[in-house]
Amino acid sequence: MIRGRTYLVKNYLEEFPVTTREKKMGLATRDAYGLALAELGKENPNVVVLDGDVSGSTKSRMFAKEFPDRFFNFGIAEANLVSAAAGFASCGKIPFASSFSAFLMCKTYDQLRMSVANPHLNVKLCGSHSGISLGQDGASQMAVEDIALACSLPKFTVLVPSDEIAARALVKRAAKYQGPVFIRTSRPNTPLIYAPGESFEIGRAKLLRPGKDVTVIAIGMMVWEALEAAELCVDKGIDVRVIDMHTVKPLDEAAVIAAAKETGAIVTAEEHLIDGGLGSRVAQAVVQNHPVPMEFVGLKNTYAESGTPAQLFERYGLTAKAIVEAIETVC
Amino acid sequence: MGARKTGIGSDMQWSEALAKKIRCHVLKMTHRAKSAHVGTSLSMADLLAVLYGGVLRVDPSSPDWPDRDRFILSKGHGCASLYAVLAERGFFPLAWLDDFYQDGSHLAGHVTHTGVPGVDASTGALGHGLSIGCGMALAGQRDSQSYRVFTLLSDGECDEGSIWEAVLFAPHHRLDNLVAIVDYNKIQSLGTVKEVLDLDPLAVKWESFGWAVREIDGHNFGEIEDALTNLPIRTGQPSCVIAHTVKGKGVSAMENKLLWHYRSPDEEELRQALAELELSE
Repeated sequence: MIRGRTYLVKNYLEEFPVTTREKKMGLATRDAYGLALAELGKENPNVVVLDGDVSGSTKSRMFAKEFPDRFFNFGIAEANLVSAAAGFASCGKIPFASSFSAFLMCKTYDQLRMSVANPHLNVKLCGSHSGISLGQDGASQMAVEDIALACSLPKFTVLVPSDEIAARALVKRAAKYQGPVFIRTSRPNTPLIYAPGESFEIGRAKLLRPGKDVTVIAIGMMVWEALEAAELCVDKGIDVRVIDMHTVKPLDEAAVIAAAKETGAIVTAEEHLIDGGLGSRVAQAVVQNHPVPMEFVGLKNTYAESGTPAQLFERYGLTAKAIVEAIETVC
Repeated sequence: MGARKTGIGSDMQWSEALAKKIRCHVLKMTHRAKSAHVGTSLSMADLLAVLYGGVLRVDPSSPDWPDRDRFILSKGHGCASLYAVLAERGFFPLAWLDDFYQDGSHLAGHVTHTGVPGVDASTGALGHGLSIGCGMALAGQRDSQSYRVFTLLSDGECDEGSIWEAVLFAPHHRLDNLVAIVDYNKIQSLGTVKEVLDLDPLAVKWESFGWAVREIDGHNFGEIEDALTNLPIRTGQPSCVIAHTVKGKGVSAMENKLLWHYRSPDEEELRQALAELELSE
């Protein structure tokens, strides 16, 4: 049994050196998006950034300051923003379109499907303030359906980074990838999961902690909670495997199947409705390949309201404690 | 008719002949496929004939030529006309038109970008084309490219809120390489535009948003050619050409009839329509 926090710095199924350290806060994933954009601006003159008048919040302003000629504030008009991004892409640009995820994804679904997904254009979308961790601003600002919407678009790639290191690396990866990508970022600062320099591959999950009794597959801010839950289970004698499924689509089915076969039970954890999100996708892979008991941690058929992120996570069961309870029902 | 060079300006006789061919194809295609949207395909035929008869700088042998003028049929339900003119211009074989609407055909019942040479965007979900055009025009403007972006909208489509987002956006960025053409045939799916959701005064609306607007008779080749060859209407502003048209134009039994938004011609109606078009030679 491994005590203390464990960190993986190699891809799944490879040898993983494990380190132990204390909780250390990093930047928000939205900050990492802004930093990555500013780097991309230097690296690739074809990168353009479009924002829906919230660039101070999505952090695309970091790009705007460096490259004002390649930054476009579309005003509060997300439908126009998304279709225009498609127009940019069809002319050889690499547009990054950002807004709050609630508006970028939920207001523009028709534009996403016919302007972007159907012609499979090279548009990158970044939805910030996802889930309920934006807190006090309330339900209208909270995207709790965005992963389901993005995943249901044919050939869309869906990325949910868990910390600033992952976010920065995955945004850079997205720029090099040909085709539509949705990147989901969060408002609050998040604990560091990875060491600087960690490399990420789209579609390859990260095994953060080995374990043989049950696997927790988590995304975004729930990855930290999953690691905490694994710690809490040590004293219970439950050996928990933890996987960061930063790419929700295409899902790393090999990692899911291995988890099902080797640990015999799976819990998913996401800051999203359990309908159509990570849990649904993992369940599809499990049912088709190696059925095992599963439990789902996430929002259950509800919107949230105002509160601090901690209060809301507690109220809606998005905590390490709730993950432990889920683990106990499947173990 | 594929041999004609592109972007060389007006040739009215050639365009008129092309318009007649488009109409004949549309009638045969919609009859064979039992598909809808004949009326809207006919109202825009003369506009397409002038665009593809010489206004648009396009090269059928190189449909993805980066410097080409872009054309977006935002009213994607008028696809039969577009497919007809693209085939006539040699973007793909005329034989493709026989498979319009059929299982496995590239030529879907609304315009799809994938697999159809000469099509610049997937449309049919109304209200997207002008925004896509804004992105293309802005990309071209920032890179000092010479291409222009033409979008053809329906009048009913102007009900969509997203159209007005784009109408607001284009003048703000002084996109004078962008042209919106409204096929104002005054009839939408279930009634006249006036009955369903009145757009008038349409030109005033576009003007007040900052567009340079010109109203023309969308079946007068002289007026169409003059409007589409003298662009932008005003430097520094996007251009809007409101083309007053007749739904079902060219077939007297179909003209201005709501029925022909959805109805497809049967054997006898097709015969009569083709005979009328031949007589108008």
